[in-house]
Amino acid sequence: MDISGAYDSILYDIAGGFSLLVLLLAGIVCIVWDIFENDEPVLPFVAAMACVVGIVWEVRNLDAGSSTVFYDSIRAYGLASYINITILLSALATVILSVPYLKRIKHGYGEVYALIVFATAGAVMMGTANSLVTVFVGLETMSISLYILAGLVRRDEGGIESALKYFLLGAFSTGFFLYGIALLYGATGTMYLPEMASGFIERGELTLLFWAGIALFFVGFLFKVSAVPFHMWTPDVYQGAPTPLTGYMSTASKAAAFAALVLVLYYGLAPMPVAAWQTALAVVALVTMVLGNLLALVQNNAKRMLAYSSIAHAGYVLVALTAGTSQGYAGAVYYLLIYSLMNIGAFGVMALLEWDDKEGRLQTIDSLAGIGFRKPLLGVAMGVFMFSLIGFPPFGGFFGKVAVFAPAIEAGYTWLAIAGVLASALSGYYYLRVLYVFWMRTEEQADPAVRARAFPVSFSSAAVVVTCALVLLVIGFIPYVRDLTQIYFDASVFATMP
Amino acid sequence: MEIALSWYLGLSAVLFAIGVAGVLFRSNLIIILMSVELMLNAVNITLVALSQYMGEVSGQILVFFVMSVAAAEAAIGLAIVIAIFRNKLTVDVNNINLFKW
Amino acid sequence: MDTDLLLLLIVLLPAAGAVLNGLLPLMWPQLRRSEAAIGAVGTACVAVPFVLALVLFFQGFAEPYVGSFYTWMGVGDFSVSVAYRVDHLSLIMALVVTGVGALIHLYSIGYMHGDRSFWKFFAYLNLFIFMMLNLVLADNLLLMFLGWEGVGLCSYLLIGFWYEDFKNSQAATKAFVVNRIGDFAFLLAMFILVREVGSLDFAEVFAAAGEMTAGTLNAVVFLLFIGATGKSAQIPLFVWLPDAMAGPTPVSALIHAATMVTSGLYLLARMSSVVLMAPTVMGLIAVTGALTALVAATIAIAQTDIKRVLAYSTVSQLGFMFMASGVGAFFVAIFHVVTHAFFKACLFLGSGSVIHGMHHVEHDLRRAGYKDPFDPQDMRTMGGLGRFMPRTRWTYLAATLAISGIPLTAGFFSKDEILFKAFEFGYDGHLFAWFVWSVGIGTALLTAFYMMRSYMLTFEGSHRWPMAQRVHPHESPWTITAPLVVLAALSLVGGFIGLPKLAEKAGLANWIHGYLVGHGTHHGPVVEAAATAHVSVGIEVVLIVLGSLIAIGGVWWAWRFYALHELTGDERIRLRFGGLYRWWQRSYYWDEFYDKVAVRPVVGGAENAFAPFDNRVVDGLVNAVARTAQQISRMARHLQTGVVQAYALAIVLGVVVVIALMVR
Repeated sequence: MDISGAYDSILYDIAGGFSLLVLLLAGIVCIVWDIFENDEPVLPFVAAMACVVGIVWEVRNLDAGSSTVFYDSIRAYGLASYINITILLSALATVILSVPYLKRIKHGYGEVYALIVFATAGAVMMGTANSLVTVFVGLETMSISLYILAGLVRRDEGGIESALKYFLLGAFSTGFFLYGIALLYGATGTMYLPEMASGFIERGELTLLFWAGIALFFVGFLFKVSAVPFHMWTPDVYQGAPTPLTGYMSTASKAAAFAALVLVLYYGLAPMPVAAWQTALAVVALVTMVLGNLLALVQNNAKRMLAYSSIAHAGYVLVALTAGTSQGYAGAVYYLLIYSLMNIGAFGVMALLEWDDKEGRLQTIDSLAGIGFRKPLLGVAMGVFMFSLIGFPPFGGFFGKVAVFAPAIEAGYTWLAIAGVLASALSGYYYLRVLYVFWMRTEEQADPAVRARAFPVSFSSAAVVVTCALVLLVIGFIPYVRDLTQIYFDASVFATMP
Repeated sequence: MEIALSWYLGLSAVLFAIGVAGVLFRSNLIIILMSVELMLNAVNITLVALSQYMGEVSGQILVFFVMSVAAAEAAIGLAIVIAIFRNKLTVDVNNINLFKW
Repeated sequence: MDTDLLLLLIVLLPAAGAVLNGLLPLMWPQLRRSEAAIGAVGTACVAVPFVLALVLFFQGFAEPYVGSFYTWMGVGDFSVSVAYRVDHLSLIMALVVTGVGALIHLYSIGYMHGDRSFWKFFAYLNLFIFMMLNLVLADNLLLMFLGWEGVGLCSYLLIGFWYEDFKNSQAATKAFVVNRIGDFAFLLAMFILVREVGSLDFAEVFAAAGEMTAGTLNAVVFLLFIGATGKSAQIPLFVWLPDAMAGPTPVSALIHAATMVTSGLYLLARMSSVVLMAPTVMGLIAVTGALTALVAATIAIAQTDIKRVLAYSTVSQLGFMFMASGVGAFFVAIFHVVTHAFFKACLFLGSGSVIHGMHHVEHDLRRAGYKDPFDPQDMRTMGGLGRFMPRTRWTYLAATLAISGIPLTAGFFSKDEILFKAFEFGYDGHLFAWFVWSVGIGTALLTAFYMMRSYMLTFEGSHRWPMAQRVHPHESPWTITAPLVVLAALSLVGGFIGLPKLAEKAGLANWIHGYLVGHGTHHGPVVEAAATAHVSVGIEVVLIVLGSLIAIGGVWWAWRFYALHELTGDERIRLRFGGLYRWWQRSYYWDEFYDKVAVRPVVGGAENAFAPFDNRVVDGLVNAVARTAQQISRMARHLQTGVVQAYALAIVLGVVVVIALMVR
């Protein structure tokens, strides 16, 4: 075996996987530093800087042609950069929002930031995977870090229950996911996504092995993005986990899982007739949208409501994937970017308005009556997030919805798009209820504990929330972002695909 | 005598099903954890068998990752179970239902 | 500098000012008291764009320059873009908007001093300038409409600025609703153009106008005209403007005299090549303008509130401009827009200065124990103010002479040109133009009379306010008088940019005609009606002399009459005209008419028919849907039992379903 050229590609690999490497390095630095100086306040700064460096690097490489690095195991540049930016932005916002929050609940441990960074590294690995092995490793790196983060407040029975549920169901679904990978591997003879196509073309007919493999494989993703009926962990876990970290779970991990699913569908299964899985995805998308929105209606707890809302939003993205066209995939990726901003913002506001010292699992929406007048900045920002989540023009959410529903209509799934629009009309009820409570009730109707509380807003948290809101206001008007997303899925760009 | 691939796959499927059943029907958290491990290891059998059958090595590489992931999961899982026990003095999964509806 | 950059700065600086003045004091209330900073930022954000616009002005732009900054959402072939057009027409308008705007901002610093919402006022004013610049610089009708609606919004906000008084917010609502009617017509016109042309860019609309059928063309021009009557306060939609005087006086000067109300004329001038293809509608425009001018002028005679006189005078002057547009002399309309901006802004600001002074009188009176109601805007309790407020007096007089059309003042040139163009159009064989011309001559006489009346009642004669021996007003501070002086000077000399045709004999060209319409081979942005028959020099001389005599006569008459009789002069007029005078006093009962014909039926219908329908049927349906959804939701939430194994079971079931759906 000739190994003389083993180091030739190393520089190229480092450049391509730069943000991933920076994240891993930062994670190790954090954890080692924490050993020597426990809960050093500089650690969150290290984590944030890793994210910032990653974002800057990926923004610079957005326009570079897509390629693969590390022996074809992960993708780099172009679309991969786009996905990484989405993930890294969520991570950055989470780190910044976590610092004052964790300090308040007295859990500002150094390892938290190491875990966030490791989870992000896993998400990046998964979202840019080019091989089933990478998908699995990324998924597990991310999940295991998140299991720990969910149970961070281990003295609280709510926090630990949320960690247990997340862990048990996560591990359980990992079993199915892994079985799916094994069967797919058997059916195609390869772990590399781009080679899978030729794999089953060589084998001629598609066996039961293959179909069962695909189905189980999908289940793993559908669990991570909390699609019905694999969603049941979501409300329980979101309600019990520390709020900024809940925001992270609902954005970065979801974005990574969806991105990986898009890559699998687009590269791995591309030559297959889309009709094969369209039905399954359409059914799941439909029940996810309907059930998610329906169950959100009667929730009194803000975090639980947002959890069901995030289930519903997974349904919208699935509508785009159902279309099975390049526009659909582009729409899904575009939606993920916008969705991350809205949800990080909404969870950020809820984190800042938390008063029950139980990670918000006890506080109702009604308890915050009239808070908009006391905290106008948070109130207005929440207004932007809620309207955007409804999909109200001119906020980003509207353009996102257009991007996911329009391809479905073009692909002949008009009924699904109509169902989606009706379901999101339903969502107006519970989103606007938040604003109603914030702005149209008087402070006298608020919980006494709320009135006694000051709700300090640190500058950094306010900056994150305001930035998210401002970006949502303008992002729809920046054609560059939309066009860019589409360009990645236009065949010509991948003519030189390995 | 060579053992046919289908036997391996069948064994793996049966083990996997036992694991699933364990997760679904046992109420002791420790046993549920063990069932999850069983599921993962069942898949490992499939992977090794397929890899060997096709003469392709990446399946077995994945097995190593799975084993390390399983170890990590076991560590996390036991830690969570201990924390649960400290809080509630029980490891019965039916008693852990603070969040619902 | 780069034209694109200049354009962006011109448009965005006022927006930045609005954001700065609006948001910072909103977040940090302690900033609200720093009036100097707020006023300086507000004024600078308009004054700098004025200077930049001057730079553009001196760069020429004989050929239109279109700066396209951003294309929003394209639907098929139709796209919407933020593109600004720099040509002679938009430059003139931009100069007026920013120039007069800057002066009025400066004025407002003194005028609004001490107001609780000082910061808000400047934020609104800056926002207004931003919107107005969008209106005049837009390269397509949609962006123009954005500005059009934006200025409407600012107008609403500023009329109702002192909203604690219900009367003011009513006036604001009235202005908004009446404007909506015009805006609706504008929208319809745009819809037709999108269907017929497929684009709203000016260049493409102009190019395609010739291919439209006469019917469509007439419809478009008519609808645009209706839109213009709303914003520019013409019959039948002029009723909002007099009420709009409820806003602070700088607002009346800026929005309701100099800029916003002239946007209808700008629209017609911008679309002049299209309007000229619809001669029938042009006749309608001219006659409407003439009637509005006459009606408003007669009403102005009978008003006692100083600002209402000026409001009706504005309506009347706008009527003159529509007369000019209707006879195909769009450039004259713009010329009058410019001169009118000078003298009417000066008059309004002068009246503001007077009101400022009378407020002090009221203040002193209250301190002296005077209990009866006192209206600082009522001319009946003024008189002889010239002694105490000399700068206000002389500037007001200069502007009065200008608007009356005393020879060589600004108003003389522009008004004379309007009448001359009307005459020429009639001479050219359009019979309606004769009617328009004769009404115009009559109205010119009335204008001179009622404006001089307002001057005499305010600044000359005896002091008519209570306890006149003990209290008297004072001259306003320099921030108020300095803009007055500048505007008065412009009112006196501003007319020389549009010399009459006669001057060509002396080798002096009509600059504004050349600038807007072009001369020789060069074509400007404004088209004018082609005249076949030309009026001889003799007749022109006669017309100019006639116009001068009418102006001088009207002024002299009013001066004599009111110097002699003072307030009893009004009484004499009332006795002379009897019933007619009552009609003038009550604005021809327009408000009452609308109230009977439109407002009451609509409100009544809403209360008796729509409201019950909405309450029972529509709301009932919506509520039923919401209740059903909640019921289902209440039942469905019990699926979530809280037991992990149930969740795991759901996953297994899901796996089975997904496999079943996929395996075939």
